Amino acid sequence: MARSVAIALLLASVTQVSAIQAGEASEIPDPEVLKRLVHQDCGSCHGLTLKGGLGPDLRPQNLDHHDVDSLSGVILDGIPGTAMPPWRPLISVETADWIAQYLLKPEAK
Amino acid sequence: MNAFAKSLIIGFVAGLLMSSAQAEPTATGDLGLIIERATGSVLLVDQSDRATLARIEGLGDLSHASLVYSPDERFAYIFGRDGGLTKVDIVTRTIAKRVIQAGNSIGGAISDDGKLVAVSNYEPGGVRIFDADTLEMVADIPTESKTIGLVDAPGRRFVFTMWDTGETWIADMSGAAPAITKIQGMGDNPYDALITGNGRTYITGLFGEDGMTALDLWEETPKPVRVLPGYGRGQQKLPVYKMPHLEGWALAGREFVLPAVGHHEVLWVDADALTETGRTQTHGQPVFAMARPDGRQVWVNFAHPLNDTIQVIDTVSKKIIHEFNPGPAVLHMEFTARGHEVWVSVRDANKVMIYDTQTFEKLQEIEADSPSGIFFTARAHRTGL
Repeated sequence: MARSVAIALLLASVTQVSAIQAGEASEIPDPEVLKRLVHQDCGSCHGLTLKGGLGPDLRPQNLDHHDVDSLSGVILDGIPGTAMPPWRPLISVETADWIAQYLLKPEAK
Repeated sequence: MNAFAKSLIIGFVAGLLMSSAQAEPTATGDLGLIIERATGSVLLVDQSDRATLARIEGLGDLSHASLVYSPDERFAYIFGRDGGLTKVDIVTRTIAKRVIQAGNSIGGAISDDGKLVAVSNYEPGGVRIFDADTLEMVADIPTESKTIGLVDAPGRRFVFTMWDTGETWIADMSGAAPAITKIQGMGDNPYDALITGNGRTYITGLFGEDGMTALDLWEETPKPVRVLPGYGRGQQKLPVYKMPHLEGWALAGREFVLPAVGHHEVLWVDADALTETGRTQTHGQPVFAMARPDGRQVWVNFAHPLNDTIQVIDTVSKKIIHEFNPGPAVLHMEFTARGHEVWVSVRDANKVMIYDTQTFEKLQEIEADSPSGIFFTARAHRTGL
């Protein structure tokens, strides 16, 4: 029983990840998976704590010129001529919106 | 205090001194440190025993951290993302000294004589140089740019490159004050650099254009030489989700192998002529392409989201001879000094895996908390590492 629950959970998380990767997240993305993506993978340029690195500081006080829509657009389409890549091939619009909200108001997530 | 008590104390102290003099000495030649990026700690490991010896904590933000060793293989200088420079004593397994030297850092180097430690910074952009013994700053070299690709070069020199301005500077620290040679026109957005093991050739990888740029440091005034300009011509450049790293630049025979930026391939370059000798298509965008110390194999890991895989390329045939999945988020690989084993950090499995490089058999797993860089003490004796 415990084993089948574990397998079901594992399958669920695999489905979640592949849904994110396929850019077809029909359900609400798992916040823990997304926080990990933000801190670990966005963090490879913006720093694990998002204080910046090769890419700029992403803490809320540095993003006040953005709203969710504009920030989500940057995530999805990147910034041409810079090292910011478009994430549209990897994530859905819903996921990008979630990340934008998280960056603008981390405490709300 | 009476004479009896005094002699008792003297006897006790003498006994302590004797016992420590007779204690088993700590040999450090087969030890190493593993960065635990999320928790600000490092693991001290024994390469021969394939085991963890100790965890040393309190090193700050270690995302993208790296380190260099003192020539006696006793001290490690760890460069944290948050500008922390920490000197760890691996014999006593303690932090010997720690300073916050900048706001945002990217790497460091130790001078050929082991007396100076340099750190390259994003914020404020530049290089700061410290006394390796005291960690007191001895030179501050602002560059007005994010500064990357810092290495040591023979003659008590440091070489580093600017992401924003495309310049490489050579800081000669052999005199009383730094003597700086500035080389312009290295290319658009250099993202990392490295130096060959003999300390002669410095190469920067470019993000802003296809190609690399080499300097011959044996020249009086080195001139930038473009390597493989336009290597991606006619191909769509893919989005880059993780910058490649240039490190562990061992010669694979007479060739170098380099990760292509924005393409699923590694590039082979003749070490003398600096011309292309081949390409190998890979599973994803390479992050590290590391030659085994003997140069017979190159091990490649990949950028997100294909970062669960390693491919091994035979350097004679340039063909992939082995592919496997160590686990989620393979971040770094470190060979033993003679290349018989390789340690692989698998961040999201919270493990370091150890493999035999001849049979590819997994020999051991070591628990580690979000492991990233792995650094064996043998690096102490290699230029550029």
